Amino acid sequence: MSPSVAKHRTQSRWRAAMVRLLQSRMAAGAGLVLALVVLAALLAPWIAPQNPYDLASLDILDSKLPPGSLSGDGSMRYWLGTDEQGRDMLSAILFGLRISLYVGVLATLGALLVGTLMGLSAAFARGWVDAFIMRIVDIQLALPGVLIALVLLAILGKGVDKVVIALIVGGWAYFARAARASAMVERDREYMEAAVCLGFGRGRQLLRHLLPNCMPPLIVIATIEFAEAIAAEAALSFLGVGVPVSEPSLGMLTANGFDFLMSGRYWLCLFPGMALAIVILSFNIVGDRYREIINPRGER
Amino acid sequence: MNSPALLELKGIEKRYGTRGGGSVAALLSRVGRRAVADEVHAVREVDLSVRPGEVVGLVGESGCGKSSLGRIAAGIARPSAGEIHFRGANVDSLDRAGRRAYGLGVQMVFQNPYASLNPRIRVGDAIGEAARVHGLVAKADLGDHVAQLMRKVGLDPAYAGRLPHQFSGGQRQRIVIARALSVQPTLLVCDEAVAALDVSVQAQVLNLFMSLRDEMKLGYLFISHNLAVVERMADRVLIMYLGRIVESAPARDLFLRPSHPYTRALLNEVPSLDGGTRVYIPIKGELPSPMNPPTGCAFHPRCPQAMPVCSRESPALVEIAKGHRRACHLDAA
Amino acid sequence: MSATDRQHEAVLSVRGLKTWFATREGTVRSVDGVDLDLAKGEILGLVGESGSGKSVTGFSIMGLVDKPGRVVEGQIFLGASDLLAQSPEQLRSLRGRKLALIFQDPMMTLNPVLSVGTQMVEAVTAHEKVSKKEARARALQSLVRVGIPAPEKRLDAYPHELSGGMRQRVSIAIALLHQPEVIIADEPTTALDVTIQGQILYEIRRLCRESSTALLWITHDLAVVAGLADRVAVMYAGRIVESAPTRALIERPRHPYTAGLIGAVPRIGQAHGERLTQIPGSSPNPLEVRTGCAFAPRCSRAQEKCRSAEPEVTSPSPGVSWRCWFPLEQTA
Repeated sequence: MSPSVAKHRTQSRWRAAMVRLLQSRMAAGAGLVLALVVLAALLAPWIAPQNPYDLASLDILDSKLPPGSLSGDGSMRYWLGTDEQGRDMLSAILFGLRISLYVGVLATLGALLVGTLMGLSAAFARGWVDAFIMRIVDIQLALPGVLIALVLLAILGKGVDKVVIALIVGGWAYFARAARASAMVERDREYMEAAVCLGFGRGRQLLRHLLPNCMPPLIVIATIEFAEAIAAEAALSFLGVGVPVSEPSLGMLTANGFDFLMSGRYWLCLFPGMALAIVILSFNIVGDRYREIINPRGER
Repeated sequence: MNSPALLELKGIEKRYGTRGGGSVAALLSRVGRRAVADEVHAVREVDLSVRPGEVVGLVGESGCGKSSLGRIAAGIARPSAGEIHFRGANVDSLDRAGRRAYGLGVQMVFQNPYASLNPRIRVGDAIGEAARVHGLVAKADLGDHVAQLMRKVGLDPAYAGRLPHQFSGGQRQRIVIARALSVQPTLLVCDEAVAALDVSVQAQVLNLFMSLRDEMKLGYLFISHNLAVVERMADRVLIMYLGRIVESAPARDLFLRPSHPYTRALLNEVPSLDGGTRVYIPIKGELPSPMNPPTGCAFHPRCPQAMPVCSRESPALVEIAKGHRRACHLDAA
Repeated sequence: MSATDRQHEAVLSVRGLKTWFATREGTVRSVDGVDLDLAKGEILGLVGESGSGKSVTGFSIMGLVDKPGRVVEGQIFLGASDLLAQSPEQLRSLRGRKLALIFQDPMMTLNPVLSVGTQMVEAVTAHEKVSKKEARARALQSLVRVGIPAPEKRLDAYPHELSGGMRQRVSIAIALLHQPEVIIADEPTTALDVTIQGQILYEIRRLCRESSTALLWITHDLAVVAGLADRVAVMYAGRIVESAPTRALIERPRHPYTAGLIGAVPRIGQAHGERLTQIPGSSPNPLEVRTGCAFAPRCSRAQEKCRSAEPEVTSPSPGVSWRCWFPLEQTA
């Protein structure tokens, strides 16, 4: 019932949305954390005290040292302790962050791209094309994504890129369904009819007119899926089919460290686990806030 | 005036839904049941033509099929049967260039100003996109082309960078009109184009339509349920009921000497500013659903002058006076 | 009859109503000082375009204004009691019983998952202690009064099984269940086809005359109230700019906006192909704080005084008023 003031607004909707996003202190805080995390990951090669991939720089005698210990030769302090190979946990976490974020972002973007295109095309083409695509989606959604990824990795073998592919295949169906739902509402609106009337080809109708209007809910799903992708990768690593041991992700580190929990060497598992949790949590908080904002409470 | 009609629709039919045929029906008949015909016959045997500079008004209430007919005329929907002729040529026989000329030559202005503009495209881009994509205007001249169109419909070109939600309903309709004009059409199909607007804004937009007609010799197919608006705008008026044209006449004749009982009832029901508190003699009954049409003449259940033949036979459209046609079993008045 | 006498006679009396909305962009003064009187059995048409505040006025009277809006100032007298001073329980007992509301979309009144009969029985028993059987009989009676064919069958039907016009009749039937003193109807026929609208207008006028129920008919369609209402009040930018008996308002409008509205309505029988009178510009920004008359930017008669000072109400006789420094002259 609130009066329509929309036409008297002068700011663009994006700027207004950004401002509102940051108005929630939680979201602003989470956003900051996320920004720092991404920065840390990007700058890891320069800010990490040690290169954990360089086996030559590791000293096996320094293995399993508790947090705060000095290295054997006194050259550096292991702020978060070392793992069973003598790797500095802090450096391992920073590099692990890179892998995790890389996998998370690529897997999500890939699933978003494939899923959206499939879902939109299904809704746009209607008829048997729609039915065909949606049956594939249905079948895929009936199986857990991790399971699909597992099977694929068993076939494809190990490697970071293979993990990304496996996660994309495991995750696109969710996007496809959401994109199709959105598209089914938008495709019958008058502005789409106008696009037909003005003689635009189907490609232009789909990509220029339909797609941008279906995006908002998909972006929200993407933020959720990102967290899930990182968690899925961690699970796969835990199961031993994810990234190789030589380039551990946060999940891999957590998985490795798990064996040492019982013997009191908590730092091999706890710190990578906390890092994982922080990344997933902050992404979720920002995604939640974004979803709150775009919910039609006077917009749209 | 012997120029060929801009647009001619002949024997147009439009059906939606399944006809109770196909494999499902065959299966059901095996089991001893009939498939329920789920078909809606939205438009039945309609002939219509619009000449350059002519405004043809199409009047009817919900379920009469006027929107379906409008979309068929604009080329957005395909008819189930019948022929469409554009500038004298059957559109099915046109070559690629001819089809494009037809497609762009007939444009549509929709009812809902809030849904007919893409909410994510800036209005300047929306107006100019088609002209650019079809190569009607050089890229360098696009800005001027858009500005000119905006001025023509009474909008300040400085607002070209804004998004649709920043405009009022009336302004959005103008943007839609500008967008339609950008491809240089010769016919505009207006489907309840002013129904969602406030009275004062409606007046502005109607005046705009009239100016455009005078300036550009545009033809109009003006679809509306509002008889007063149609009377002001139209040269000829067609009255539709449940998919059929029941009366068609030059505007003056229709309003002075309405002949079909439905037309008379409509005119009687139109609330008017004149003539004090009126005595209502409302027509009884509900608007029939196109899924379940009455037999014979579709209007007979509500017609104050229904005769037995009306429930058996559907009357044909016959000419009762020059240019004045009517579908009714009553003797011509 | 003086103004205060009129107030005492009135079954509904609104004084100085202000309903404001606190939005992110500022305060929207939807209703900014509205005075209304409705006598017993009178039909008053409240006419305005979108943004004029007419619907919010109706909701304010019914007490249905939610955050971020609230009634900032004013008094609403139903008989002798001020509705704005009532407790929520008292208000609830009045609503539906003495004061009824009909919405534009009957689906706002009707619950789609309950049958018509169930809802009507509920409406009866909410205010009176009667048996279900008796409540059902009352409901049936009400349906007959609004002219619904085969009412017994309709009682068991669900709202989606009825047509738009039928649903609106049911809404009216529900409104009439407790013989209210006042009915507030917010654009009840706007979404209906012309022939159905004709039926509803006929029924509602007959019913109100029969039971001397006062009716506040809120609409943007001046033509509809022309054939229905005894008096018309025109709203612009949250205020009533003119009010008068219907024929007087339409034939001899005093406020330029009223005249503009009348000129903008196409009428059958007038010159074909002629331009309609159009009011230049567009409705004012509800967020702006204005000095002077809200209509001045669009008024062909506006002068310096109009832009600097808000026009006062001129009321030569009860029920006739306008807010204009330079009203149109009365011709003879």
